[in-house]
Amino acid sequence: MQKVYTKIESIVGNVVTVKAEGVRSGDLALVGDSYANVIKLDGDMVSLQVFAGGQGVSTTDPVRFLGRPMMVSFSEHLLGRVFDGAGVPRDNGPALTENMIPIGGPSFNPAKRILPKHMIRTGIPMIDVFNTLVESQKLPIFSISGEPYNQLLSRIALQAEVDVIVLGGMGLKYDDYLQFRDTLEKGGAMSHTVMFIHTAADPTVECTLVPDMSLAVAEQFALEGKKVLVLLTDMTSFADAQKEMAITMEQVPSNRGYPGDLYSCLASRYEKAVDIEGAGSITILGVTTMPGDDVTHPVPDNTGYITEGQYYLKNGHIEPFGSLSRLKQNVNDATRDDHRALMDGMIRIYASYKESLEKKSMGFLMTEWDEKLLKYGELFESKLMDLSVNIPLEDALDLGWEILAECFEPNETGLKTSLIKERWPKKDALN
Amino acid sequence: MEIITGHVTGVNGNLIKVDFEGSVRKNEVGYIIVGENRLKGEVIRINNGVASMQIYEMSDGIKVGDPVEFTGELMSVELGPGLLTQVFDGLQNPLPDLAEKCGFFLERGVYLDPIPNKDWEFTPLVQVGDTVKAGDTVGSVPEGIFTHQIMVPFTTRGEWKVKSIVEKGMHNVRSTVCVITNDKGEEKELSMVFSQPIKQAIKCYEERLRPDEPMVTKIRCIDAFLPVAKGGTFCVPGPFGAGKTVLQHLEAKNSSADIVIVAACGERAGEVVEVLKEFPELEDPKTGRSLMERTIIICNTSSMPVAAREASCYTAVTLAEYYRQMGLDVLLLADSTSRWAQAMREMSGRLEEIPGEEAFPAYLESTIAAFYERAGKVRLKDGRTASVTIGGTVSPAGGNFEEPVTQATLKVVGAFHGLSRERSDARKYPAIHPMDSWSKYDGVVDRARVEEARSILIRSNEINQMMKVVGEEGTSSEDYIIYQKGELLDAVYLQQNSFDPIDAVCPPERQRVEFDRLYDALTKTYSLEDKKDIRGFFNQLRQEFLDWHGTYFETPEFEAQEKKVTDFYMAKVVD
Repeated sequence: MQKVYTKIESIVGNVVTVKAEGVRSGDLALVGDSYANVIKLDGDMVSLQVFAGGQGVSTTDPVRFLGRPMMVSFSEHLLGRVFDGAGVPRDNGPALTENMIPIGGPSFNPAKRILPKHMIRTGIPMIDVFNTLVESQKLPIFSISGEPYNQLLSRIALQAEVDVIVLGGMGLKYDDYLQFRDTLEKGGAMSHTVMFIHTAADPTVECTLVPDMSLAVAEQFALEGKKVLVLLTDMTSFADAQKEMAITMEQVPSNRGYPGDLYSCLASRYEKAVDIEGAGSITILGVTTMPGDDVTHPVPDNTGYITEGQYYLKNGHIEPFGSLSRLKQNVNDATRDDHRALMDGMIRIYASYKESLEKKSMGFLMTEWDEKLLKYGELFESKLMDLSVNIPLEDALDLGWEILAECFEPNETGLKTSLIKERWPKKDALN
Repeated sequence: MEIITGHVTGVNGNLIKVDFEGSVRKNEVGYIIVGENRLKGEVIRINNGVASMQIYEMSDGIKVGDPVEFTGELMSVELGPGLLTQVFDGLQNPLPDLAEKCGFFLERGVYLDPIPNKDWEFTPLVQVGDTVKAGDTVGSVPEGIFTHQIMVPFTTRGEWKVKSIVEKGMHNVRSTVCVITNDKGEEKELSMVFSQPIKQAIKCYEERLRPDEPMVTKIRCIDAFLPVAKGGTFCVPGPFGAGKTVLQHLEAKNSSADIVIVAACGERAGEVVEVLKEFPELEDPKTGRSLMERTIIICNTSSMPVAAREASCYTAVTLAEYYRQMGLDVLLLADSTSRWAQAMREMSGRLEEIPGEEAFPAYLESTIAAFYERAGKVRLKDGRTASVTIGGTVSPAGGNFEEPVTQATLKVVGAFHGLSRERSDARKYPAIHPMDSWSKYDGVVDRARVEEARSILIRSNEINQMMKVVGEEGTSSEDYIIYQKGELLDAVYLQQNSFDPIDAVCPPERQRVEFDRLYDALTKTYSLEDKKDIRGFFNQLRQEFLDWHGTYFETPEFEAQEKKVTDFYMAKVVD
């Protein structure tokens, strides 16, 4: 029997308090017709966080406890659908109620983890060649507001070789949401995509649910043997929502107003990335916008300690310096024998190009070597760094050799002679 | 014994308020009974007759009125043979066993026996009538490569007499092997396993000694310039991506300790997996056996419950102290103590304590100090010396060392290995900053000469700064040579290639030879014409040194290359 309580004692921000008995921590309730979850119990006082926000809630609104925690439906029917942060359809489709699974489940047993060893091909040379994305990796894209990070994510969603894509949008502009939807539909990727979208106009509480919903669904797909890619944008909005709620709850802030458990909050989400032996995997790619391009801001800083590397998105492309995929060495010896050496070599020369560029801008005399470097840098930026390039890894490596051959003599590249003999495109230059 | 019970009156995150009848101790363990599950928790405060408990599990599903059972015992770990090679969580739950029982995910409320249930070959070492005290050995069993001593529990008070002891032979780990009585007529049955509260240091030794013997890590930069002593403490702060964890893994692999305990506290699970998969394959250079046989892993990764993270460091240090009591040198590597401090901060916030700097609790410093003070070199009652060495990484917010955890740690440690983003970006590994870091211990080479080498490095750095302003052409040849000498020292001694099978491990004997040769080269005066000459000379000299690193120690190639190095620089020396 469901008991209805009709006397709300207090309404502060998104939190309402009601006198009730037999309520479990974490349970779901309906306040009026909005969902809410139990966040605090003190004697018979029950504090609830209302997903749709406290605005307009009346002290006589009925509160019904549902006797179960927050759940999300899981089935194949999810594919191609769009939901909001509370799991309500956004796409005029039917609500799904079958096979409900709890969100924010327990963490994966570390003893059951395996070493990640499969790369995920994205067709973007800056990722595939230079900072390979590995199955079960968790990687943030550090970016300033205004950079095309959402375009990058949708391109990855279209091109990545995975079975299922779960897109979690937090604090998205409505246009961005539409753009994601249209791009994926046009590109034909929508049929294997699930979206949980919280737009900037939606209630804050729903924002904090998006990662848990996305990851709970991803986990089930992975257990069924699917290779799942979870795209989260933007995790800074998620952290800001956490901050807003913590302050409403009168928690002591730790650093720039963020709650003291920000690290644990982020980590428990990112750590859901896993490669399950004998089943599928979860790979997480999240966007973290850096307020004021400041990497020491609490959100990117805590994220950096949790994730396995990062992509820096700057001036419309993935920066070769600073970007790092910590797991790339697990996979890039198995791709092609020249992969690792070429990757290191090309970045090293690109670093020299940057120096020459600086010299040039300061008005120094350009030597013949500088001119070569400048030519190389331009080719590198236009043919490999440009995010619209979409070529398989092998072609990208060949292209790398071609660029080198177009600009340099073999011995100027600092690459091993045996490799050059095998791969140098202009064979006549070798003698 | 009467069981004290109570019931839940409030839930706030993982902080539970409990009404109880009877007596409850602060820091005792209790279980909250939620349906079928028993969730472990610890009493952390008693206020107006209401106990506040932090529970070590996720708190979802707890409701007001749920029954609580108190155990009357402080948070403890089980000590006994069979701990080595195991992987535990922060509460000493064996994770592989848990995986067998519960599958892929960690189920809450499941607590398994940390000590494997098996028989051991027990050798009695006392006779009926002997007097024993806490920490005294009653027998021993062979555990892998070590002789595992079976001791009188450390919490035993007063003198006891042995009433009976079993014969030599196979005995179950949980069966009684020895019975002791005291003059009050009390009787105690001892098995090979006993429990020990984790927040109390084990003090069953004769005296504490000054840490004066180097703990060799085979990393040149540490052993010669920033040494760690057996029984000492050191900390490794650094921004993300500077290589803290890689450095700790190297230390775990190559250190001269008998036993290594790796406490992965609030860090990535993936890094633990690397240790788990890698260590069983590696060979312990000291014994030739698998490296895992001397290792215990305590693993409470970032997504596991926060309260258990706080306990995990104490669990690790208690295990370390236990093996120290057997006369062994134990190295405890905690990664990362910042996450441990953050766990304290989260709890402090829920308790609504008045916050200190960056919302860390006011007792942060004393807690960190007390933890590191559990390291130490001791003389045991039987005259043997043994030690616990603690090395902790610190993950300062924004890579800024001015934050409270780094500062509190620096106050109490004997060595500081600060990692720098600058050096790791330049791929100079290990990325320990040679000038900012310090150590109060003696290393494998003579301290006076190390200081002289360091002064060259400092001078070289100053000249480098100056050169950025005045350019190479504005720098005198003498200064330019000093600059190059500093760069040489950095390139061929401080940096070490951990991927190269030979260079990755540099034993102390080799370090002394290499340091002597380098010191000789650094303190000579050279006749070199111009900058181009100087640069060419030092480039070549660096190459010769690096080639020397690539030869096996004490082989003809090694000698030949050393001669080549010497001949090369001696040719340019002026008196």
